[in-house]
Amino acid sequence: MAKLPDFNTFNKDSILKSVLKDEFARRALYILIILYMAVFLASFISPYPKDYSNREKAYCPPSKIYIINEEGKLSFPYTYNYKRFFDKETFSTKYIEDRTHKYKVKYFSKGEKYKLFGFIPLNRHFYDVENGGELYLLGTDINGRDNFSRLLYGGQISLTIGFLALLVSFPLGMIYGGISGYFGGKTDFIMMRIAEAIMSIPSFYLLIILASILPANMTSVQRFSLIVLILALIGWAGFSRVVRGMVLSIKKREFVIASEAIGASNMRTIIHHILPQTLSYVIVAMTLSVPSYILSESGLSFLGLGIQQPDASWGNMLKEAQEFINIISRPWLLTPGFLIFVAVLAFNVIGDTIRDAVDPNSKEK
Amino acid sequence: MNLLGYVVKRIIQTLPLLFLVSIISFFLIRLAPVDPLAELKLNPSITQETLNYEVKRLGLDKPVIVQYCLWLKSFLKGDLGYCTTGEKVSDKLKERIPNTLLLTGFVIFFTWSVGIPLGIVAALNWRKPLDRILTIMSSIGMAIPSFFFALLLLIFAVKTGWFPTGGLTSYNYSELGFWGKITDILHHLVLPVIVLFTISLSGLQRQMRGNLLDVLQSDYVKFARAKGLSETKVIYKHALRNAINPMVTLLGFEFASLLSGAALTEYVFQYPGLGRLILEAVMKSDINLVMASLMMGTIMLVLGNLLADILLKLVDPAVEAA
Repeated sequence: MAKLPDFNTFNKDSILKSVLKDEFARRALYILIILYMAVFLASFISPYPKDYSNREKAYCPPSKIYIINEEGKLSFPYTYNYKRFFDKETFSTKYIEDRTHKYKVKYFSKGEKYKLFGFIPLNRHFYDVENGGELYLLGTDINGRDNFSRLLYGGQISLTIGFLALLVSFPLGMIYGGISGYFGGKTDFIMMRIAEAIMSIPSFYLLIILASILPANMTSVQRFSLIVLILALIGWAGFSRVVRGMVLSIKKREFVIASEAIGASNMRTIIHHILPQTLSYVIVAMTLSVPSYILSESGLSFLGLGIQQPDASWGNMLKEAQEFINIISRPWLLTPGFLIFVAVLAFNVIGDTIRDAVDPNSKEK
Repeated sequence: MNLLGYVVKRIIQTLPLLFLVSIISFFLIRLAPVDPLAELKLNPSITQETLNYEVKRLGLDKPVIVQYCLWLKSFLKGDLGYCTTGEKVSDKLKERIPNTLLLTGFVIFFTWSVGIPLGIVAALNWRKPLDRILTIMSSIGMAIPSFFFALLLLIFAVKTGWFPTGGLTSYNYSELGFWGKITDILHHLVLPVIVLFTISLSGLQRQMRGNLLDVLQSDYVKFARAKGLSETKVIYKHALRNAINPMVTLLGFEFASLLSGAALTEYVFQYPGLGRLILEAVMKSDINLVMASLMMGTIMLVLGNLLADILLKLVDPAVEAA
């Protein structure tokens, strides 16, 4: 087992400083801030509401935006609608631009009503197109839904599910490891064997079994919460073992003995006196494990076991890309994959920097 | 302590672990609301008698605890039961496990033969441009979701036609000669191996780099240098051996993460391995098949860790049996 750095010596401000000082980490932080902003402002930025679908325009390619008109002069941005036709030679549906009518792009115009952050009622959208026009920045999917809007709405799930799972798995792992380490003896033995058993099941196998238990007829909120719970159930065991190891050494310190001496209950001693000592490590470990949760959720949804249609998540949007015909002729369906990649990469780069800041001996970077 | 005693002790330690795993997973699977006979029930040509027979055969008419005991009894006897499709579970596993082992074997071989040298190169060029480039590349490798990378390679395969787009063998496999068969399998393995290789390479390279950097700072390396040994001798004779030892433990972990990571890759490439088997079994709620493949996955993982520990003991006799 890798030896743990002394987590009580570092200063929390220095973490942020080291992230801002490192060139890569700073850029990664900016990228993440942009991604999260875009995702939280999804209903404002995206021109189409969550449940929009245009059955006439399945797999419509990305709309082109023109700023130079036919006469070669600069013009206000406009776009053309796509027209669907059936190619009798190749027996396939194709789209061509319908050049008969221009549609101007409108900014901050009134459109579909929505509630920003769930409570601010608004009806202005960042961009939209004149009546009758269709503007699909990244094309549409099989149901004629705007890919760009769905990417933003899907990001709300994909980028937050990891943090929510952390809020379940880390307290669970802390308390489990705390109890196991504090009581020691038989309790410790049994609790650690159970944790080891969970760790020895290949984690992805456990993940799909847990996900398959979920009943099919759930509301999307229920399903989302249960997926969070499942992701959390995978991660806590390994973490609780580390906490237990730390507790074993902390419990011999004077302040713990003092707490026992004044008659504090066991749980009080664990929660109020021992576990706070592990907090520094916990915070670092949490930051480092966010990307793995993002990857797990997207993998699960990709298999169809995670977030279900009609809700969007980056994983289940990629599900459509499983068909050959889609990945060859409709490359815009792959965009969620790039976003997962960018988000995970940014988290990893920041995580590396934090690890370096916390543990000056580590040469991982 | 001699090696044999150590191995025996470790195997005895894992038995209660496997027992616990089997209890946890059995009850989890039985919680699933899917009817294992749903497919048969939908089939109009299946009579009620056949259904009753299936219920009896799979033990579905008894309480869960009895089902578990029945399962455990037959598992210990080596009988893994039947799938819902009527095939023997053991036959299915016999067909799939070698495929997964083949895949992971190739991946581990390549990651080690590339990752270790790259780690050494990065450590020796610490903070120089080469090291920076390798660090960036490993960050990228760690961040690509395996299924997404697999999809990208599939596009590549379809567009160029250089590689088959899935499976392990071509349609005319049985007509090929001995060498033809081997090349055919290797040809199908290229893309899945590339995906898993890229993903596990990064971690290994970083670890090796970190270990070597740690060792290079230690007193005995300084001493060896002070003694006037050539830099090559210091690094390859003194530092490297101690930097590689912790890597052996990593082999077990790597095996574990490969088993998990392989599931998605196998799924995208339609590769007939254990990961895809368990995925299909879970979707059909085929209890016997899920249980058996889960246990096999766990046993493989535990064995992988055990093997790594034994190897470590061989290369580093100072290690105590924990």
